[in-house]
Amino acid sequence: MCLALPARVRELHDGQTATVELGGVRQKVSVALLEHVNVDDYVVVHVGYALTKLDPEEAQRTLAELSKLQEVPS
Amino acid sequence: MKFVEEFRDGALAQKLAAELKAEATGSYHFMEFCGGHTHALCRYGLMELLPPTVKMVHGPGCPVCVLPIGRLDQAIELAKKPGVILCTFGDMMRVPGRDRVSLMRARSQGANVKMVFGSGEALKVARENPDKQVVFFAIGFETTTPTTAVAVQQAAKEKLGNMSFFVNHVLTPSAIDAILGSKEAQEGTIRVDGFIGPGHVSTIIGSAPYERFARDARKPIVVSGFEPIDLLQSILMLVRQMNDGRAEVENQFTRAVVREGNQKAQALVNETFELRKSFEWRGLGTLPDSALKLRPYLAAYDAEVKFELPYTPVADHPACSCGEILRGLKKPTDCRIFGTACTPESPMGSCMVSPEGSCAAYYLYGRHRAPKEQAPQPRRSAS
Repeated sequence: MCLALPARVRELHDGQTATVELGGVRQKVSVALLEHVNVDDYVVVHVGYALTKLDPEEAQRTLAELSKLQEVPS
Repeated sequence: MKFVEEFRDGALAQKLAAELKAEATGSYHFMEFCGGHTHALCRYGLMELLPPTVKMVHGPGCPVCVLPIGRLDQAIELAKKPGVILCTFGDMMRVPGRDRVSLMRARSQGANVKMVFGSGEALKVARENPDKQVVFFAIGFETTTPTTAVAVQQAAKEKLGNMSFFVNHVLTPSAIDAILGSKEAQEGTIRVDGFIGPGHVSTIIGSAPYERFARDARKPIVVSGFEPIDLLQSILMLVRQMNDGRAEVENQFTRAVVREGNQKAQALVNETFELRKSFEWRGLGTLPDSALKLRPYLAAYDAEVKFELPYTPVADHPACSCGEILRGLKKPTDCRIFGTACTPESPMGSCMVSPEGSCAAYYLYGRHRAPKEQAPQPRRSAS
């Protein structure tokens, strides 16, 4: 139920719906819960609705933070 | 896939596990609230990567699991009414109700039950069947509530007179209150030192609603994403908070969650729903201000107003431990019917049915594993 996946916006329709793509699979979803959305944005999709946009800079920051961890000694 | 693969990196997971082993010098009991997190912990074998001093307690954040039999029976009664089509999420279909009758069983006995992917599809069913009464069985935490709100407002806009909603939306903070205030927590039968906060719920409500738990109950909370790296990093953040004596709300899932949440969704939910005085939860009992119902101006779309739906509480099967599992008192493997009389194919309780239920997670990903104490140490990556 709370399972949701990141998908890329491929086409915007009437302002209320968009076609998104996840791993090559396209799906029409509602974007009624988003303030604004553009083609190529990544959104979190849940039961046919985009819940939020994903922030690529924040994702990069998280990964950069993790890359500072020490190498595991073999 | 972007935002997925980079958070499943095995070498990075090993580094995080090594860091946890080095830093987790005390003893830690953390509850992951959300069933999606329970599944990720099991699916990726993350609990075996954790040092033995870090224990995960599985929480009640599975909407299918916490819905009590009484509410499911009401949905089944609705589906049996002549001229009604009940639209439901697939997850609900096999949950046993009273006398082990599920929606699926009711359908085989002639009830009109239709599986839908979401509320939008239920509206479509209503438009295509103007001579039928279509009811959407709306369940879920704050993640799902706004999607129902969109559909309710759309039905009202289109004046879809044959559409109504059987609303069972529940609130995460109320469940956390119930866990922390439980007799078992007060007596020390269960121990929860901190929480992994639900990531998708928080995309909607933000991280601010958890601040009172950090402040008043002195419990650290880290809102987490759902990939293995997310969870390991969140657990490390919790360990560090405890080591430092801090109790704060931290956000690991910054790529999707902001403190204020999705304000457009919150406004829509507020416009559509109001608090119920009380609501029964499976396992947690009847909790005040813990669930939502439609506002009175939307009564024409409220299935509980439109149809006569008497509520009869029904106790779980005496052999089923779902209640204790949802309260964090038992692990699925502590239930005496786990994997024998209760399996995903023939479930006795909701926790074995839902793709977010703890029992389903243990059954799918771990039932043949040796108990943790005997499990071999995780292999170090060659580096």
